[in-house]
Amino acid sequence: MSFGEHVKRFSSRSVSMLKHYQAKVPSGIWQECPRCHAGFYFKRAGQYRVCPECGYGFRVTAHRRLKMLTKHFEEWDADLETKDPTEFPEYDRKIKKAQSMTHLKDGVLTGKAAIGDYPAAFGIMDPLFIMGSLGTANGERITRMFEKATQQQLPVILLTASGGARMQEGIFSLMQMAKISQAVNTHSAAGLAYISVIMDPTTGGVTASFASQADITLAEPKALFGFTGKRVIEQTINKQLPNDFQSVENSYKRGFIDEIVPREHMAERLSQLLNIFEAQKWGED
Amino acid sequence: MADTQSVIAGARSDRKANVYEIIDQLLTDFFELHGDQVSGDDSAVVTGLAKLSGHPVAVIATQKGNNLEERMATHFGSPEPMGYRKSLRVMKLAEKLNFPIITLINTPGAYPGADAEASGQGQMIAKNISEMLKLKVPILTLIIGEAGSGGALALACSDQIWMFENSMYSVLSPEGFASIMWKNAHLADKAAKLMRLTPDWLLKQHAIHRIIPESMLADGTLKIAMTGAIRTLSHQDPTERLSNRAAFFRRF
Repeated sequence: MSFGEHVKRFSSRSVSMLKHYQAKVPSGIWQECPRCHAGFYFKRAGQYRVCPECGYGFRVTAHRRLKMLTKHFEEWDADLETKDPTEFPEYDRKIKKAQSMTHLKDGVLTGKAAIGDYPAAFGIMDPLFIMGSLGTANGERITRMFEKATQQQLPVILLTASGGARMQEGIFSLMQMAKISQAVNTHSAAGLAYISVIMDPTTGGVTASFASQADITLAEPKALFGFTGKRVIEQTINKQLPNDFQSVENSYKRGFIDEIVPREHMAERLSQLLNIFEAQKWGED
Repeated sequence: MADTQSVIAGARSDRKANVYEIIDQLLTDFFELHGDQVSGDDSAVVTGLAKLSGHPVAVIATQKGNNLEERMATHFGSPEPMGYRKSLRVMKLAEKLNFPIITLINTPGAYPGADAEASGQGQMIAKNISEMLKLKVPILTLIIGEAGSGGALALACSDQIWMFENSMYSVLSPEGFASIMWKNAHLADKAAKLMRLTPDWLLKQHAIHRIIPESMLADGTLKIAMTGAIRTLSHQDPTERLSNRAAFFRRF
């Protein structure tokens, strides 16, 4: 064998071996953070699914997010499902796909939970259910959560993640904003506390209603929080905006957020707040 | 029944761009109030006190403007956060004085600008919706042209929601809808057909209370109808009125 043939065999084998190994590496082992673009072995994100470099919390299903916060949960209104009020083409297929991905009938999980030692009405929106968009079914479920919380004299904790109104449900989606706002008002008028937690992403009609109506607003690091989509703003003003334009860090600086809490400390911070709300009031002893 | 395209053309007609003319046809003694008392005066939102058939009212309206210069200033009728703050300030004043409120809506939506976003566009809309649902005075909304997204809803959490025959009310403008669904704003025509934004469909769904033929503005019958509706609302007990207002939105 000539030297040239040696080289040829050697290099072709290594390419085929590389291809062999490449095929054996399952996708998802190596992950990239969408915020700081750091690449890392997926296990480094840990059980809380947080970027080891910048602290960004990855989007996870509501069921998974629940497990990170509490073991004590009694689900409410699990069977509420959309009736497709505008008879939008292909919508039922989209819903079925989202349902099988999230194990939810629509984009929110609600119920009564214990956070630390304290009971609360508890809701988590699911960013993987058609981008967590707000429709009639999850809108109804959130409304009923506030109504039940009012009846049972419970504070509300709601983790928001949403692309905004669900286009496929048209005006019915818009009306959810008013419907939920009314339920928030009634809960508030009963002297009960409402804590919202801004997760990635919280935008559009959800920002323009219940996500911004809480008594106390917490947020996860590096989450996107805004009203109009960045692309639409850029087209309107004909100018590029910085990547962190709609970050919760900027919202915090502008005075719209009380505290940015890393995911691994969220349960602890929430239970510290509930502890204060549950304390015996002056004059009641 | 009018088709979607002609409803949109009618809703966006230049004849409706100047809300001062409509205020003049409906109300007398209009006294305009300016400024949000925090950061500035948004010309996309016109607010003031006036009389309807001799009785005091507060009016809050969105304004597109007569010419290009005015329309640039109002962003084609798209309020900024200071516009919503101004409207809330005047709504609170109306509640204090026990004046009913009339809102006249013609807006594609809240202004999607960088400063507007940074100064809390979403938060101001959220606050307006919340506060409007609590206002103890009667509120009547007339959609005169376009009413798009939360930017319109922020002025439409009312006891009575009326629409002109050629007006539209939707979750988003057809352009925005097409941009979200298919990443292409030029598919607005296709979007409009799917969006069901016409008054007759919205009335069937009980999303609005009444459709108003536009001839009623010129011949004075709209003024009479508004006077009657506000009189009826004024005779209701405030608690009953508020619970009716809540029930209207609770059904969705």
